[in-house]
Amino acid sequence: MSLAVPVPQSPRRVLPGFGLSLGFTLAYLGLIVLIPLAAAFLKTAGMSWDEFTAAVAAPRVLASYRLSFFASFAAGLVNIFFGLIVAWVLVRYAFPGRRIVDALVDLPFALPTAVAGIALTAIYAKNGWVGQWLEPLGIKVAFTEIGVFVALTFIGLPFVVRTLQPVLLELEPEIEEAAASLGANRWETITRVILPELFPAMLTGFALAFARALGEYGSVVFISGNMPMRTEITPLLIITKLEQYDYRGATAIAVVMLVTSFLLLLLINLLQKWSRRYHRI
Amino acid sequence: MSINVTNIHKTFGAFTALDGVDLTVPRGKLVALLGPSGSGKTTLLRIIAGLDHADAGSGRIEFHGEDVTRVRAGRRKVGFVFQHYALFRHMTVLENIAFGLRVRPRRERPAAGEILDRVHRLLKLVQLEGLDARYPNQLSGGQRQRVALARALAVEPKVLLLDEPFGALDAKVRKELRRWLRRFHDEIQLTTLFVTHDQEEALEIADEVVIMNQAKIEQVGTPQEVYDRPATPFVYQFLGNVNVLRGQVLEQVGAPRDRPGTLVADGLIYVRPHDIELAAYVPGAGGAAAVVRYLHLAGPQARLSVELVQTHENVEVEVSRTELAGLGLAVGDVVRLRLRQGHA
Repeated sequence: MSLAVPVPQSPRRVLPGFGLSLGFTLAYLGLIVLIPLAAAFLKTAGMSWDEFTAAVAAPRVLASYRLSFFASFAAGLVNIFFGLIVAWVLVRYAFPGRRIVDALVDLPFALPTAVAGIALTAIYAKNGWVGQWLEPLGIKVAFTEIGVFVALTFIGLPFVVRTLQPVLLELEPEIEEAAASLGANRWETITRVILPELFPAMLTGFALAFARALGEYGSVVFISGNMPMRTEITPLLIITKLEQYDYRGATAIAVVMLVTSFLLLLLINLLQKWSRRYHRI
Repeated sequence: MSINVTNIHKTFGAFTALDGVDLTVPRGKLVALLGPSGSGKTTLLRIIAGLDHADAGSGRIEFHGEDVTRVRAGRRKVGFVFQHYALFRHMTVLENIAFGLRVRPRRERPAAGEILDRVHRLLKLVQLEGLDARYPNQLSGGQRQRVALARALAVEPKVLLLDEPFGALDAKVRKELRRWLRRFHDEIQLTTLFVTHDQEEALEIADEVVIMNQAKIEQVGTPQEVYDRPATPFVYQFLGNVNVLRGQVLEQVGAPRDRPGTLVADGLIYVRPHDIELAAYVPGAGGAAAVVRYLHLAGPQARLSVELVQTHENVEVEVSRTELAGLGLAVGDVVRLRLRQGHA
């Protein structure tokens, strides 16, 4: 039996560095993310309510929100589907040239977006490689909403593929075998076993691709044709206002974009938390 | 339902995993497929389950006389339990167990209420009542393995196949669970084949042990048969500690006259440490002279390492601690060494 007075537990952690790294994180995020964003809000705060609504709710601006959000959303959805197939092929099968295909996926990350925009426009224009075949079918891609959607799909793909790849690698083939030996056919195995396991990662990939598409500017402005009320995206309107020295108008639109994106991403995060509920211990 | 496997060949590139394997698992028995890693035992199990296929043109798999070689896994009526459980993480215990019933075509699917009844009966059977709403991540390894077993049993398989069922568990849970499996098997009487690399496990619970080595079956028999009468040196060495003595000491240590537990092959004598008898050294009294090199006294049996004077071979000996105390041995003493005679 020990007579020693119990020593109060020292609050020191076994693994040090929490204070330092949290401090760094906050300072860094503040400097890089929060202060510039706060500046946008401050600038907007100088406007009267009427000025603000006039800037953010003009018909041309409303049309651009519609295009930006819908095209980004559609591009994100399409990318989930095709990105999943690309990731699946890259992870599950060995074939000659796999490394090259794998590297190709990253190209939209690396390519200057203007280059992508010009290339896509050239291909999908009436006389372009792909455009000339679509034209007789009555499908116009370049200089239409579809063009915007194509450009946003292009830049979003790597986000989905790169998010899904590690998760697919981790997915044991045994769970598919288990499903098969329990009598599930391939379709049931995919829909009831594989997709639910991948769902959180698919949501993450979607959120990343969607957020990236909302902010995309360079590639879209070449292929969209920038027709007012039809093919103008919101970032383009912001630039236009800046070029007219209407800084407050530009930041007002930016604030609306920011708040909406933030709410959407928050929603996706909540959805993701729910979809990973089985991970809790 | 019995399992009958004939002439299975399986190669992976240049590696031969199974080289003309024949195997029969009698109806209602618990049979262990025992072998070192890489011996082909898991491949054989997977081929029986339909998760892998034998090389083209080879092999035939029959369940109770019915050829299932070309039947796909989901239609073979096989319950398969994976080493790492392979539970569906996003489903609760209940959903995992019900999976095999819920994916049945509508005509064959039991009503929702009946599925729930059956799941609860199975949960009771594997002693996991009340855990039906948990997710696999919230269970211990032993519990997960029993969920996997219940899931496999839910589809009312004719044959149960288990791949290293206790391989991922710690030693204590392993022992408990394997005894539980034995009792469980006695209760449900389902033809069961399980793969293991642990000889203790196989010898303890199986009705019959199939020992594999390098893509072939070395021996089949009851645990006592394979332990007492190993057919090959491999089996002998795989099933426990062994001393290999050169034949020249055979006359000194006493020839084993068809005695279980000892094997003479290719001029070598295979003998287990506890089948060696020690006696005080008396010149000319028979037995091989040896010098005690090490004494290990921890554990129920004393273990000694002795060196044969004639051949300088090291021999491991196990004697009871009372016997050792009677001899009063210390490191450096000389002893006589003989094969134990008599007990079976």
